[in-house]
Amino acid sequence: MRTLDQTTQEVVDLAARHFNVAVGTLAPSDDFFKKLGIDSLQALELLSRLENHFGIELPDYEVQGVSDFRTLAERIQSRL
Amino acid sequence: MKRFSGKALRWEWRDGVVELTLDRAPANEIGTAMLADLEQFAAAIKSLEADTSTCIISSAQKRGFSAGADLRELYHGAIALPEKERNAGVRDFVERSHAVANAIDAAHFVTIAAVHGVCFGGGLELALTCDVIVADKMARFAFPELRLGLIPGFGGIPRLKRDLGNAFVRDLLLTGRSVNATRAQAVGLVAQLAGEGEALKVARATAAQITKFDATTRAIAKKFLKPIPYAELKQEIEIFCELFARPAVLAALKKFVESTDAMPYLP
Repeated sequence: MRTLDQTTQEVVDLAARHFNVAVGTLAPSDDFFKKLGIDSLQALELLSRLENHFGIELPDYEVQGVSDFRTLAERIQSRL
Repeated sequence: MKRFSGKALRWEWRDGVVELTLDRAPANEIGTAMLADLEQFAAAIKSLEADTSTCIISSAQKRGFSAGADLRELYHGAIALPEKERNAGVRDFVERSHAVANAIDAAHFVTIAAVHGVCFGGGLELALTCDVIVADKMARFAFPELRLGLIPGFGGIPRLKRDLGNAFVRDLLLTGRSVNATRAQAVGLVAQLAGEGEALKVARATAAQITKFDATTRAIAKKFLKPIPYAELKQEIEIFCELFARPAVLAALKKFVESTDAMPYLP
């Protein structure tokens, strides 16, 4: 079972890879919309990437309003 | 017409296969331009049937197959009309959309939707007119209409019910959530999963197989396998128009289209 810290790091790593930014530039508390400069459709791409990686389903209404990696990781953790 | 290039899509016939490519930025929203071009295709179907085995519908837009109805155009078009004319305008658009969807659904050739990225609302309804859906692993499917106080208006519910178990149909519709391609395949919405960026290639390989079969048998089998739920489709138009007439719907659309948030308002 992953810890929340491990899940958070995996989320940050996946986001960095998907949007082609250096991992070191992202922090768990970052607002990913602002930091990555992404819109709602790109956020859905990230959601698909995360679901495929963690082997879970995360209904988008559960992440509505979520904008930082740490909270996103918490939502994922509750589905693992 | 074996070749067409419009404002929102283009198609080309080659060796018995029509490739129809949706291509309107940002995400193939279905508004008046897309509908007009789809009507061109619907009108061409009869003449294409004689020597076409398969039609592949895909998207050239990076964001995906289609994000669905052009809600901004729908909202601004609706409020520009006097209240009495508003519903007639929406009904006209919905009836035209149904005519296109029914024509694609009834085509004698086999239709394949090659889906990547978002396939939401009207986009999913277009995909559901097809006989086979091939999806990229990163594709997502949703009917978010209930989140705006509506139901899908281009034939979505009757066609989804035709193909899938009602429990999943209720989950998708009543929560408005989006599902990934793996889940969509597990419930039977997606026929074949493709790797990232490979949906069109897989669809072409599928078309090459279908092309080998006898045309008459193929057309008869398709008609037998996929009856068109005309009565429910007509009912859907009435329900959609009835719901659209409610002030709450325009209020929800207004909130959505005027949202400046990174994730536009959706309840």
